[in-house]
Amino acid sequence: MFSTIATFKGGVHPPEAKEASRDKEIKTLELPGKVVLHLQQHIGAPLEAVVEKGAEVKVGTLIARPTGFVSVPLHATISGTVKAVEECLHPAGLNMQAVVIEGNGKDEWEPVPAVAADYSGLSVDELRKRIQEAGIVGLGGAGFPTHVKLSPPAGKTIDTFILNGAECEPYLTADFRQMLERTADLAAGIRIVRRILGCGRVILAVEDNKPEALQALAEKFGEEEGYKVTGVQTKYPQGGEKQLIEALTGRQVPTGGLPMDVGCVVQNVSTVLSIYDAVSRNLPLIEKVVTLTGPAVRNPGNYRVRVGALVEELITRVEGAVPGNLGKAIMGGPMMGLALPSLDVPVLKGTNGLVLLEEPVPVSAHLPCIRCGSCVDTCPIRLMPCELALFAENDRWDKCREYFVKDCIECGSCSYTCPAGRNLVQLIRFGKYKVISEDQRKKK
Amino acid sequence: MANILHVSSSPHIYTRESVQRIMLTVVIALLPAALGAVYLFGTRALILILVAVATAVGAEALCQKIRGVPVTIRDYSAVVTGILLAFNLPANAPWWMAVIGSVFAIAIVKQLFGGIGYNIWNPALVARAFLLASWPTTMVSNTDYPAPRGGTLSGLTLEGITQATPLQLIKNNIAPVFKQISAYSASEVETARKALDGLAGADYFGSLFWGRVGGVLGETSAALLILGAVLLLVRGYIDWRVPAGYIASVAVLAWIFGGPQGYFTGNVLFHVLSGGLLLGAFFMATDMVTSPVTRQGKWIFAVGCGALTMLIRLKGGYPEGVSYAILLMNTATPLIDSYTKPKIYGGS
Repeated sequence: MFSTIATFKGGVHPPEAKEASRDKEIKTLELPGKVVLHLQQHIGAPLEAVVEKGAEVKVGTLIARPTGFVSVPLHATISGTVKAVEECLHPAGLNMQAVVIEGNGKDEWEPVPAVAADYSGLSVDELRKRIQEAGIVGLGGAGFPTHVKLSPPAGKTIDTFILNGAECEPYLTADFRQMLERTADLAAGIRIVRRILGCGRVILAVEDNKPEALQALAEKFGEEEGYKVTGVQTKYPQGGEKQLIEALTGRQVPTGGLPMDVGCVVQNVSTVLSIYDAVSRNLPLIEKVVTLTGPAVRNPGNYRVRVGALVEELITRVEGAVPGNLGKAIMGGPMMGLALPSLDVPVLKGTNGLVLLEEPVPVSAHLPCIRCGSCVDTCPIRLMPCELALFAENDRWDKCREYFVKDCIECGSCSYTCPAGRNLVQLIRFGKYKVISEDQRKKK
Repeated sequence: MANILHVSSSPHIYTRESVQRIMLTVVIALLPAALGAVYLFGTRALILILVAVATAVGAEALCQKIRGVPVTIRDYSAVVTGILLAFNLPANAPWWMAVIGSVFAIAIVKQLFGGIGYNIWNPALVARAFLLASWPTTMVSNTDYPAPRGGTLSGLTLEGITQATPLQLIKNNIAPVFKQISAYSASEVETARKALDGLAGADYFGSLFWGRVGGVLGETSAALLILGAVLLLVRGYIDWRVPAGYIASVAVLAWIFGGPQGYFTGNVLFHVLSGGLLLGAFFMATDMVTSPVTRQGKWIFAVGCGALTMLIRLKGGYPEGVSYAILLMNTATPLIDSYTKPKIYGGS
C-alpha cells in the first residue's frame, strides 16, 4: 500500500526497538534515598541556589531561583535535608553546581495553594506565570523554558500549535504510554496551551507506529473544530520541530529563525502534561516518566521517577534490571542522547529515557569518505555532511560557514547512515561551535 | 555492573551498511557479466579476470604497506577495480597487460592520490586509457578482437564487410559511404546499405542483448549487465539518475544525430546496446567516489557523459567514447558538486 502520510524530506529508518517497553504500563518507582539537582537543567540564564547545607526541605520547596526571564526555578523533589550545594557530575560529563538532598523517606509536601478546580478564570498572563513558577522547560530535547516559548513577542502571530507526539527516537516509549494513560489530562493541557497562544488551529501529530495513541487522541477530540489528530510517517527525525512543521504545514522555519517566525509553536507530550499539572494542580515539575530499556536491560519498562534521582539507584529499584556486561548508558534516545560517563549522575528535567547497551557496543570505523552521497540524501536540513565534516576536520571554518554549518540540527542521521562509519555529525558539531564562538568573539 | 562505560558523542547506533558490503555487492553484480565473458570467450577471459583481480589486490596491499597505512584489501574495492579493468580488455590481450593495467590503476590512480575515496578518476578507466595509449593495436584493433562463441565480431555475416566491432563497423565502414555516396561504387553503397539495415534488424538486437557480437570482455551482453545492475539498483548502491540520464541522453542524441542518412534517423537501440555504454552507465559512471554526491549534480554528470560519448562516437577519432566521456566528467565532479549544493531547509 502506498502511504501518502505527511512527512519531511530526508531522514533515516533506524530499527524502532520499542517492542520491549511499549506495552508496559507506567510504574511509579520507590522514592530515591538521595537526589542531585543541578542548577543547570536547561538552556537559559543560570540559577542561584536559595538553600544552604543543613536546610530542611519538602517536596516542592524552592531551592534555586532564576536570574533572568529565560529561566525557571528549581524545586526539591523529595523531602529531607540539604546535604551540600556543590559541584557534582552532570550527565554531560562535567562537574556542575548542584543541590544534594538526602531524603527522609517521608515524602512530605509543601502545602500547595488551593487551586480552584476550574482554572478557566485565570488570565493568560497568570497561566504563563504558573508555568514558569512550576519550573517547566521543553522536555523533548533542548530544554528551552516553556513560558518563553508561549510568549511570542509583539508582531508574531501564532496560528498553529503542534503537539509533538512523534517520539521518533528508537527505544523510547514514555510519551506513547503517557498519551494512552493520561489522554484526558493531555487533552486538557492542549486546551490550556491553545488558550495561551490564542491560535485557531491545533495539530496533534503522532508517528504512525503508535496507532493506539492516535486512536485515543482522536476519540478525545472527535470532530471538534480547530483540532486535527494526524499520523505522521515513522521516520527519524520526524519529531524535530523543523521537520514536524514542514511535514504538517509545508512551511519552513527560516534559517537562523524560530518556529514562531512561521506562526507555529511545537510542544511535546511530557511538556504539555507538566503544563496541565502546573495549571490545574499547582504542581511543580518534580517527576518524569522515563523509559528504562535497551539490550542490556532485563526487564524494560516505563517508570515515573523523581527528577534528581541517580541513575544507578534508579536501576537498582527495578529488580535485577541489568546484567553484568553493560557497555554504554545513554540518557535519552540512541540517536541524540548523551552517553553517560558514570551511572552516578541524576535524571534531569529533560530526561525521557535511559537506554543501556551491552558490550560490545557499536563503534564507528571512521574510514575515508567514499562519496556515496547517503548523508546528503538523508540530511533533513539538506546540508552536505560529507563536505562539512571534511572542512571541520581540516580547520576550514570559512568553508563550514559557507556550507551552512550553523543550520545543522545535530540529529545524527548522517553518521547513522554513513557506510564508512564516519563521525560526520560529531565533526560538524565541532565546526558549528567553532563558527558560533567565532561569531560571539566578533560581537564583543 | 560494569565500572567502565563507553562514552562518545551521539549517535550511538549505526546502519549495518559498510564499504565492504557495498563493494562485495558490486563484485556479485559483476559476476553474471564475468561468467558471460568466460562462456563467450573461453578460458582466456577467465585468466585475464583472475590475473587482473589478483594483481589489483596485491598492488593495493603492497602500496599500503609502503605508505605505512592499514591494509584494507578486505573492503573488496581493489577486486572491483580488477574486474572492471579486465572487462575493458579484449580476450586476446596478453596476461601481462592485465598486470600492468591493474598496477597502474591501483598504484598510480588510486593509492598515489590517497587511497579509497581520494582518487579523482575511476582507476579502471584511467588504466584503460593508459593501455590504449601504450598498446593501441591490441586495444583498438579493427580486426583482431576474437569473435564470441556463437557470433561474429560485428554480429553480421555479410559479404564484402570486413570484420570489426559494431561501433567500428558503423564508424569506419558505413558512415563514410553515406557521407559521400558519389565516391563509392554502386556495389559498395549497396553493401553499406545492407549492413545498415542489418544493424537495425530484430535479430541484431538479440545478438547485442545476449552478447553474440564482439567487444571487450565485459561489454558484450546487455542482458547480463542489466541483471547485475538490477541488484545494485534494488540495494540502493547506485543512483538510478546516473544510468537513466546517461542512457537517455545517448538515446536522444543518437536518434537526432546518429543516422548516416540524415537527422532524426539514428538507430537508438543500436547506440544504447552496443559498445561499452551499459557497462559504463551502470558500473563505472556510478562509481561513488568519482561522481557527484548531489542529486542535481548526478543529472548533470549523467547528461554530460551521454553528450560526450555521442560526440566522440560520431565526431571523434575513436569508435567508442564511453571511457573518455566518464573520465572527463570525473574531472568535472568537484566543480559540479560545488555548483549544485542543495537548497537548505529554510534557506532564502
